[in-house]
This record gives sequence, structure tokens and C-alpha cells, in this order.
Amino acid sequence: MSSINQYIDLYLQHADLLNQGSHPLINAHRAAALSGLQTHGLPSRKDERYKYTDIDKALAPDYGLNLQRLSIPFSTRYQCRVPGMRSRLYHVVDDTLAGGDILDTPQIFVGPLTLFAERYPEKFKKYYDSESESGKSNALARLNTMLVQNGIVVFVAKGYKESDLLQFINLSAGGVPMLTNRRQLIILESGAEATILACNHSGSQIDHLTNEVVEVWQEEGSKLQYYTIDDTVASDSILNTTHIVQSAGSRLEYASITLSGGLARREVDIYLRGADASVQASGFVVGDGEQHVDNNLLVVHDAPACQSDVLYKYILDGQAVGAFAGKVYVSPGAEQTDSQETNANMCMSPEARMYTQPMLEIYADDVKCNHGSTVGQFNDNALFYMNQRGISPEDGRKLLQQAFAWDVIERIPLLPLRQRLMRMVESRFRLADSCNDCGICISKV
Amino acid sequence: MLEIQNLHASVEGKEILKGINLHINPGEVHALMGPNGSGKSTLSNVLVGNPLYTVTQGTITFKGKDLLAMPAERRSHEGIFMSFQQPVEIPGVSMNSFLRAAVNAKRKYMGQPPISGAEFLKLIKEKRQLVGLDDSFTRRGVNEGFSGGERKRNEIFQMAVLEPVLTILDETDSGLDVDALRIVAEGFNKLRTPQSSAICITHYQRMLDYLRPDVVHVMLNGCIVKTGGPELANRIEEEGFDWLKNVEN
Amino acid sequence: MSQSPDNSIVRNIADKEYEYGFTTDVETEIIPQGLSEEVVRLISAKKGEPEWLLEFRLEAFRYWQTLEQPSWGHVDLPPIDYQAISYYADPRGKKRGPTEIDPELEKTFNKLGIPLNERLALSGVAVDAVMDSVSVKTTFKQQLAERGIIFCSISEAVANHPELVRKYLGSVVPYRDNYFAALNSAVFSDGSFVYIPKGVRCPMELSTYFRINAINTGQFERTLIVCDDGGYVSYLEGCTAPMRDENQLHAAIVEIVVCQDAEVKYSTVQNWYPGDKEGKGGVYNLVTKRGLLRGDRSKLSWTQVETGSAITWKYPSCVLKGNNSVAEFYSVAVTNNHQQADTGTKMVHLGSNTRSTIVSKGISAGHSQNTYRGLVRMGNRADGSRNYSSCDSLLLSPTCGAHTFPYVDVNNPTCVVEHEATTSKISEDQLMYCTQRGIPPEEAVALIVNGYAKDVLNKLPMEFAVEAQKLLSVSLEGSVG
Repeated sequence: MSSINQYIDLYLQHADLLNQGSHPLINAHRAAALSGLQTHGLPSRKDERYKYTDIDKALAPDYGLNLQRLSIPFSTRYQCRVPGMRSRLYHVVDDTLAGGDILDTPQIFVGPLTLFAERYPEKFKKYYDSESESGKSNALARLNTMLVQNGIVVFVAKGYKESDLLQFINLSAGGVPMLTNRRQLIILESGAEATILACNHSGSQIDHLTNEVVEVWQEEGSKLQYYTIDDTVASDSILNTTHIVQSAGSRLEYASITLSGGLARREVDIYLRGADASVQASGFVVGDGEQHVDNNLLVVHDAPACQSDVLYKYILDGQAVGAFAGKVYVSPGAEQTDSQETNANMCMSPEARMYTQPMLEIYADDVKCNHGSTVGQFNDNALFYMNQRGISPEDGRKLLQQAFAWDVIERIPLLPLRQRLMRMVESRFRLADSCNDCGICISKV
Repeated sequence: MLEIQNLHASVEGKEILKGINLHINPGEVHALMGPNGSGKSTLSNVLVGNPLYTVTQGTITFKGKDLLAMPAERRSHEGIFMSFQQPVEIPGVSMNSFLRAAVNAKRKYMGQPPISGAEFLKLIKEKRQLVGLDDSFTRRGVNEGFSGGERKRNEIFQMAVLEPVLTILDETDSGLDVDALRIVAEGFNKLRTPQSSAICITHYQRMLDYLRPDVVHVMLNGCIVKTGGPELANRIEEEGFDWLKNVEN
Repeated sequence: MSQSPDNSIVRNIADKEYEYGFTTDVETEIIPQGLSEEVVRLISAKKGEPEWLLEFRLEAFRYWQTLEQPSWGHVDLPPIDYQAISYYADPRGKKRGPTEIDPELEKTFNKLGIPLNERLALSGVAVDAVMDSVSVKTTFKQQLAERGIIFCSISEAVANHPELVRKYLGSVVPYRDNYFAALNSAVFSDGSFVYIPKGVRCPMELSTYFRINAINTGQFERTLIVCDDGGYVSYLEGCTAPMRDENQLHAAIVEIVVCQDAEVKYSTVQNWYPGDKEGKGGVYNLVTKRGLLRGDRSKLSWTQVETGSAITWKYPSCVLKGNNSVAEFYSVAVTNNHQQADTGTKMVHLGSNTRSTIVSKGISAGHSQNTYRGLVRMGNRADGSRNYSSCDSLLLSPTCGAHTFPYVDVNNPTCVVEHEATTSKISEDQLMYCTQRGIPPEEAVALIVNGYAKDVLNKLPMEFAVEAQKLLSVSLEGSVG
């Protein structure tokens, strides 16, 4: 029996409780999500995009949900400050904003999803879950929509440029195995700008699954930098569905960095719907132990003269499994498309596995599309050269790993953030696991 | 300083060195000549500890220590430096982080604390000026996109930073690349101290015009068949190696 | 000139018809349409097959009945009415003995450029000519037999070398492999059988020419090539069909076994009738081709030039089981008008230090869809193995599609896999440059496309490379825009 049924049952039994703990505008979407789930169920590994991750298995444990909206204590030891950058820090425990100043001005809103629904119902209705009916929703998004109670909204009004880094520290918490359905809604009106960093950490060693949906709306000429980092523990899993719609002339820099954790799967769909929109998507994965990291990317060129540039790199050790699938889809009429996709991977141990699948689907002719992927190891000659200069094989390998990572990190335009990420990666190579030991996040205990 | 006795070595199961004996004193420059396939490069690779080469017999003592017992990086820490004929590109690893790792590894081996950032920059700047390289150079990846001449200059620069006691100049096939030869030889001469020794591997007399070796060895078929002064090199330049083939037995 | 050069080409080029679209008027024995156990038994009886082969067919047929036609490829394959097809057509007529050949048939093959008379034949090429369900003639059989080489139709092989056929048939492509493999295993008609004994280098190119003639028939080619230790053979396959409004089905299986230190080169020039400009008619070319590199240091190379068929569904694959085995796949696939091609390869590395190379060039024009689909898998014992893949697509019209779906699975850290792909429009600069030098646009396109496909064409045996080049130009005429 499909593991989705336990969540459907749970919803049918506790819909009232769910609704009470949320907002009517959020509640209004549950029924459609339920019926979608009942009709389509969960994807299986026979479905092309789910070949490498068993969703049914991921959802099979008997997770609890915080339906009662109990407040869960958390530690603010995760500061994750980025030195040299002005930032606004928010702590999000599971799906609830638990620390940080809510911003609610005509220019910008940063706060809970429920509050946004209350204050700006028209805007909420315009954007929230608005593409689910055009067949662009997946089962995990439906599950989220059916069960979500809260989340975070970043809204930047027309022409406003937020210069502070908006930093969200997402903590999974709770004393029992839990499923969190978190929602992020990010809206940039025309000409708006923002930089967002979302760090995922674990508040405990207890099994936790986060089923997260991120919806991003970028209107004409807006500019968004969105970075997400997984630095969690093996008991922590994340299933993320990110849906991004870009209008003409908008710019997006997206990066996802997975340093540690259990299962991490991201399905990121980016729709370039207006001419001359551009996206740069980057990913870096360091996996060891039994980590399973699956990045499934779709970039749809729906309008002419858009650019996409995708670079994902994996370093896998232990029994880690890495998967990358990236499809660039060029619709009829999307002429002058310029697209590039690269996936490079290093397997360091006999048991590490890598699956890669860079795809092109092209229905226009005036295009320039390239993709490439490699799986391999480090160059022995380079290692020996370093040996000869007195650098031990281990250190040599670390240097090469850092260099391998650097390509990706280098793409992040903000210097302080770039340096911070590089240090995180460096420290990841020094210490095998557990972010709690790395000392990077804990600037103040 | 370096004592090689009855050295036999093979690569991929094939014996290349068949009993090499060689003695080098501090301050001496030795030239190693010989036609292709005579074993010159194998000898240099064995000296620096390239794992692709297997020593089957014999000993190498360096400064009184058993060199063959040391991994490649220890040999480097002890002061052996090889100027590679074709230095490999290591994209993404900047010269700065590469050299800092090298310097610190050696310091650690000598029981010294790691070099501070400021000290390191000072060191790099000083050596850079010594070999005439500009500032942008150290920010690039190791040999990444370097021209042939730049790579050679980079080898000399690293030699300046690491201050070896025994330098192996591998110029086996670059006999026609006069610039490369000049850069390496002049660089070595500039950095040379009364204690520093070198082994220079080459086909050609030209390299030796720059280096002026104290001793010249000729290798044939895995053995040193003739040892002499600089005049030996001149004879090889005029007559080639053929006359030596009879000497072999 | 106000139009870009490629636009003017569309207007200027006179449409060229499919050159091989004629039919042969020959008395043909066709069994009634429809597929059932009875039909399978009838085919087997007509061919006078032994009991074990009938069993093999029946098992496959029963299995096939449990399957549904697959829909996963990037092609729009309409449901096929398997009851509306005749599964056996013999154009040899009833009156003649097995050694005589109907002059009509000989004329047909002459017209196709395949003389069956050994004196007129291309020097150094032995041909097995198959029309509809039957091998019409195999040339140079005697000369080959002197060296112990067996080259004959598979039906003959069943009769004369049953032990070899029984040992290898279905050993590389079992009938359970896929839907069309099961269908073929049940009803296969004719194809070639090649056996190269130990240490023998085949002195001439072997070639099979397939021709579908009869109306409403399917062709179920079955080819089996076994190259024993240290042997070598180069094999070429060519095919054409008449122009008919109905779709014709060609569901083939090619199995190749390459033993230790042996080498097989398999080249295909596929020119089945592609249908007309509106996409009416044409052959459905649904093929399973696979080679097993069984022995150490064995080598297999697939080269294909695909220009025909309405729908192509074909992945010549290699299982690199022997250590140090080497596999290659070189492909040029051209689609025009409403053709759909979903083609590529699978390289499954099992042994250590194995090497594979994939070079695929897709050229899409008109309203066609051209897909490269490939798998490279490194098994956990494939230490030190490497693959290099390069898949390029060239687009000649705004209404065509070019797709690349490579799958890479690496289960061994000592392997190196590299894949790269590019998709781009035919260069206007190159076209302009050519036309400025006085080369007519349509010739310029042919020139550029041939240059683009050169890496692959160079892999073909000389005699066929020239033919393939011509074919590429013809396939694209009237297409560029």
C-alpha cells in the first residue's frame, strides 16, 4: 500500500485541527491538493524524474505532525552570521518563524505565511499555489499544500532593492519523528531586488523529514539571489520542490549546497517566461556515509533570448549516492536561447554511486545549447606533483577537492558570502560529519 | 650527500635500471646524458619516489638516510626538488594555496609552526621578485593556462621558495626548446648555494653550456657506462652515443 | 538579398523523391494477415524448422501476448494492428528450385545497386539479399566456406548448422528483452548468419541487403553474428522499401557475439522509406541490436547512418564483459519532414579496463523529431574503465526538435565517464561563406552537413561512405529552412 494513505487519512481525520492552526486562504487549497493526491498518488521509481529516489519509502515512516501548533523550544546557537555583510537573521523552527524581526512596510514584507495571508489577501491569492492547476504540481507539492500550516513570505515591492541579506535558519526540531511541511513564498515585483540565504540545520538527532515547497515569482527586471545550504545530520531528510517563474529581463542566481545530512532531494523547476530572462543555477554536494543527494532540475525556456547556465558538482565518499538530472527544455519560438549545463562528479570510494543525466529537449532552431557531464577521480599526475613539493597525498586530495568546489562557489557574486561558503566547504573536508562540530555556524554560543 | 648503490628498478614489470651506482657530494652538479630509453628519466622518477616505478634491488642514501623508505613528500621535505619537464596543470588550485600547503608541510616536518599569512606573503613576494614574476601569477591556478616558458619559470620559483639541497632538472626532450633550457639553467645558477647539488638530465650539450657540470655520466641500457668531466659532454656532442656502445661490456 | 540564405534554400530546392520507392512485380506467396499460434506454427513449418526452434518461437509468442506496446520513447508510435499484417511473404514464386533466381528479383537488386551476379558484384563484398521474409541469394558463399567462414541466411543456418544457431540464438537478446524482441522471436523470417572461426580474418566485407516489397507485410529480420577467438569481420547492412501509403513494420533483432581477441565491425546504412512530406506512410523501424563482448580484448564497433523510416527506435548496444574489451558507437541520424527517430546506444561495462566511445550526430529538419538516448553504465567490477561520449545536434528548421537524453550510472570509483553535447543551428556564417564563393545554397547545406557528419562517415567501409554521403544530401533536400 502506498505510504501516502497514512497522510490522506491523517488529513481526513484532522482537517479541522489543521485549519484552525492555519489561515482560511491556506486552507482553501487543501481540498484540491487532496483530490490530486487521491487521483495521482505518489510517483514511483518508474517515473522518469523519480528514478533515483524512492519517495514512497521516504514517506513510509510513521511521522508525527505538529497539528496542535505546540511551540518547540530551540537554540539560537546557530547564528551563521556572514562576516562583512549586513544581514537580517530569522530562525524558523519547522514551519514557524520563531526569531527575527517581522518586516511589514509598503516596500517589503518578511514574515509568516499566515500573517501575509491576513494582511495582503489579494496578493496571497494571486501567487500562492497558483500554478498547481496547470498540471505543474507534483505529489510532494500536493502533500505540502494539503498539510501545510505556515511558512515564510518574502515580498519585495516594485522597484525596491533590499540591500540586507535575508537569512533564514531553518531548524528541524521536535522530540519525536516528525514531518514538517514548510512553505516559502518569494515574490519580487518588477525591478525589485533581494538576496536570500536559507540554511538548514538539525535541532536534534531524531528522524525528521521536511517536505518543503518554495514558490518564487520574479516579475520584470527583478533580481534575486537565492542560496540554500544543507548542513544537517544523517537523521534529517529533506524533500524540496522549488517552482520559479521568471518574467522578462529578470535575473536569478540560485545555488544549493549540500554538505551533510541524510536524504536530500530537490526538484527545481525554473520557467523563463519573458524575453531576456536569465538564470544561473549552481549546486555543490559533498556526500559521505549513507547520504543520498538527488538534484532534479528543469529549466524551461518559454521565451526568446533567455540564458540559462547550470553547474552542479558532486564529491562522493563512503556509500553515498548522488544523482543529478538536469533538463533544459526549449519551447517552440524560444529562439536565441543560450543554455549551458555542466555536471562534474568525483567518486572517492568503491561504494559511492553517481547517476547523472543531463538532458536537452529542443523545439526551436536558433539556439545554442551545450551540456556535459563527467564522472571520474583526481588526476594522479597532479597528486604526484604535489607530493613532490612536499604535500602529503591526503592534503593533496583535499586541495583538489576544494579546487573542485571552487568553480561552483566562485559563481556567488557576494564576496563575504562566497568566502563564508568556501570556509564551510573547507571545514567540511577537514571533519567528516556533523555540522555541530565544524564550529563555523557557532560564532556565539 | 647522495649515494646510489646497485640500483635496479622497473616500470610495469619491465626492468629499466640495471645496477646504477652514483655518488654526489654537496655543491656538485652532475649531468646525466644518454639516448632515449637509456633510463635517465626512470632514475629521476625513482629518486623522487614516483609510485609508478618499483625498485627491485639496491639502495639510495640521502644525507645519511634511507631514501627509499620515504614517501615522495618526505623526500621533498628532506630537500629533493624535481623541476619537471612538463609540469602538470592543476586547475582551480591557486599557486598561493598550493605553495602555502607545501611550505607548511615542510615546516611541520621540521617541527616548526605553520607560517603566518603575513610571513607567507612576504616570502612569496621576495622569491617572486628574485625570479622576476609578477603579482598576478600567484593568484592563478597551478600551471593553469601557463605557456611553456611560464611553467619553467614557475618551477624555478617553487625551487626558490622550497630551497632544496638536491635539484633534479629533467630536460630530457626539451633540447630544442632553447628558452626553456635557459630559464631553468639560469634560474638554478642564480639560486645555487655552495651546498646545493643538482642532477641535470639532458640529451644535449647546450644545457650543459649554461650549467657547467662538475661530472658527466652517460647512461646506456639502464647502466652508467662512462663517467668523466665536462670534456665527455663535448665528445658526445661531436660523436653521439654510438662510440660508447662498445664500452658497455 | 533580403532573406537569410537558408530561407531562400527552402524555395529553391526542388523536391526529390525517394529513389528506391518502386515495387517489384513478382509472384509472391503471402500467408493471410493476422497473428496467432497457428501463424507461428505455419511460419516454422514453411521454413521446415526443427522442433526446438518452433518451441522457441511459441514461448516467445506466449510471452509477447502478455505485453503491451511500449510508449516510453520520444516518438509518437501509433497503436499497431498486429492482426492486419502478414507475417510471411516469399517472393521466390512457387515453381522454381532453390538455386534458381527469378530474373525480376535479380533486376530489382540490380536497380538497388546490389548485383547478385558474382561477376558483376563489388569486389570484396559478399551479399545476402533478403526480400520480404526470405533470403533470395547469398553470394561468394563458396569462397568464404573455403576458410571455414559461414555466411548464409539464418534459415539455411538452422538447417545446416543447427548446433551453432541453437547455442547462440537468443543468447544476447533474449525474447524477454522487450516487446519487439518478443514479437521478432516469435515470427522472425530471415536475416543473415555469420560465423567466423578461430583466428580467421574474413577476407571480404559481408553485407546483407534488406528489401520490403510486398504490401501489408512486416519484416522480421533476424541476424546472428558469431566471431570466434581472434577472428575479424566487417559487416554491412542496407535496406530500402517501396513507397506505400500504409506504414510497414520492420522489427529486427541483431545479435553479435565477440569472443576473445576478436573484432566485429557492424555498419548500417538505413534507408527505409520515410513516408511522404505529410508524414503519410513509411516504415516503422523498431530494432533491437546488441553485441556481447564476451572475451577479453574483444572489440565491437557499430556505425550507423540513419536516414530513412517514419519511426526509428533503435539502440545498438554493447555489453563489455571481457576485460580490456573495446566498444564503439558512431551514428549519424537524419530526420526530415515528419520522421521521428529515437536512437542511441547502451554501453554496459562489466569487465575491467574496458573502453567505450560514443559519437552521435543528429541532424533534424522539417517537422521531424530526432532524439539521442544513451546509457553508460559502469558496473562495480569495471575497474579502470572509461567512456567518452559526444552527442551533437544540428537544427535545420524552427519546427523540428532535437533532444538528448543520456543516462550515466557509475558504480565504480576508478572509472572515468565523460559526456558532452551541443545543439545548434546550422551556421549562417558558414552558409554565407559558401554561397559567397559561388556554391549554390543546397550544395552548401549538403557540404556543411557532410562535414558535420564526417567523423562518423569516416568509420564506414570506403565503398559505402561515398554512398552514405550522397544519401545524406538527398535526405535533406527540400528541407532546410
